[in-house]
Amino acid sequence: MPTIGDQHIVKSYDEELKRLHDSLARMAGLAEAQLHKSVEALEKRDSDLAGQVMNADHEIDEIEHFINEQTVRVLALRAPVADDLRQVISALKVAGDIERIADHAANAAKRSLVLNQMPPVAPMRSLVRMGKLVAELLGEVLNAYLTHDAERALAVRSRDQEVDDLYSSLFREILTYMMEDARTITSCSHLMFIAKNIERVGDHATNIAEQTYFVATGRSLNDQRPKRDTSSFEGAVQE
Amino acid sequence: MPEAPTQNVAAESKMCARDVKVHYGEKLALKGVNLDFRPNEVTALIGPSGCGKSTFLRCLNRMNDTIGVASVTGQVTLDNDELYGANALDPVLLRMRVGMVFQKPNPFPKSIYDNVAFGPRIHGLYRDNDHLDQIVETALEKAGLWHEVKDRLYEKGTGISGGQQQRLCIARAIAVSPEVILMDEPCSALDPIATAKVEELIDELRENFTIVIVTHSMQQAARVSQRTAFFHLGDLVEVGDTEQIFTAPAQQLTQGYITGRFG
Ligand SMILES: Nc1ncnc2c1ncn2[C@@H]1O[C@H](COP(=O)(O)OP(=O)(O)OP(=O)(O)O)[C@@H](O)[C@H]1O
Ligand SMILES: [Mg+2]
Repeated sequence: MPTIGDQHIVKSYDEELKRLHDSLARMAGLAEAQLHKSVEALEKRDSDLAGQVMNADHEIDEIEHFINEQTVRVLALRAPVADDLRQVISALKVAGDIERIADHAANAAKRSLVLNQMPPVAPMRSLVRMGKLVAELLGEVLNAYLTHDAERALAVRSRDQEVDDLYSSLFREILTYMMEDARTITSCSHLMFIAKNIERVGDHATNIAEQTYFVATGRSLNDQRPKRDTSSFEGAVQE
Repeated sequence: MPEAPTQNVAAESKMCARDVKVHYGEKLALKGVNLDFRPNEVTALIGPSGCGKSTFLRCLNRMNDTIGVASVTGQVTLDNDELYGANALDPVLLRMRVGMVFQKPNPFPKSIYDNVAFGPRIHGLYRDNDHLDQIVETALEKAGLWHEVKDRLYEKGTGISGGQQQRLCIARAIAVSPEVILMDEPCSALDPIATAKVEELIDELRENFTIVIVTHSMQQAARVSQRTAFFHLGDLVEVGDTEQIFTAPAQQLTQGYITGRFG
């Protein structure tokens, strides 16, 4: 009697899917490290570390390029269906999210170089706290994605609100600080952009959580998350 | 709000099968299948070799009658007419209403014209020769073959290409204006171009007919059908919208089969 196993009858198909999965895992690990390092560079005012982050970005771009090619190849040659199809499609989307996350980390690192030329400003502490929270959520969601763990992904998704709340309060804190001391406007503006970068990473993490749910269950999470980030009502600078 | 008319599920379906079992002698080949076919839809039957797809398809126009050892139990209806039992439709009439196209193109060793005119002739479905000409032309037209054969209608049906022969068999099936067309792997002997033509034809025929197609090609099932039914070892495992079956099937067994992880 035929049974269903994890493996495809055509072994090279399994190898191609595994290669896709391995590339994503590598990309995920790199992006997570990039975000950690850029937050650490901010916290410790470490320009060398920031420089490392900026230099490593191209590696992630290359993996994304490979994943895009590999996805097109599998779609064209294997015509995947069911869970295979969901996995391949999500690989394409998640690789895009990870690439954007790495860009945000590199941008934050670049701005930290500028910040290190100026005296430290107090709101940096809140920014680092937000950065650490987002890095933690990112690590969680990437693990959830790579193990097809829908529950864990949903848990991360529900915590994006914490990020948005931190972002809103950080925004107000920076504004107040700038108003009190006009000399901090330059560094505070950079801080504001970095906060936006980190907040965007949180949004990409949420996308990855949604892709995880789709891969694992075949259903999409399309109910709108409530957005309580109020900074845009305060004349926020958009990047 | 006006009261909605009471919706009878059976009335919405063109054909219904209820607890259909088939024995070949002692062997139970179909273990009680319930499946409905909606009008103007293509339903694809898929599943591993020997799972009972052809056996089930043959229940829908009593072709199993022609196999001595086969015995069918359960209920099959076409609209509200019974196919089996005391009040059963006459099989000859039934096969006019439920036509069949086989795996290997099997034109009669007669002219192209006579192949298509065969059904209308035995059922007396035409008024005069002009009318018969018209029926033949319309059927060939619908089968997408008219332009390729209109100048050679009196050549042998067996003398055209395999893909043309299969479309000739489809023309022969539709010449008697059936309501349902059953197709058992109609493209397995055809090249990709001929296959594409038959698939395009199936899509057009859907406007006027209810179609049930057995296919071993997952891609073909995905391309031509609106509903897909997966059979395994004589059971219907899962039936659903084709899109759902190929993106997120409900059953592990279905998933294993369509993704090629069935070993
Ligand atoms: N005429 C027959 N006499 C005895 N057993 C038969 C006969 N026809 C089919 N069977 C058996 O019934 C079972 C179902 O056969 P069936 O031909 O319906 O399968 P199928 O799904 O159409 O397979 P395939 O994809 O290979 O055409 C098989 O085990 C087959 O051996
Ligand atoms: Mg068969």
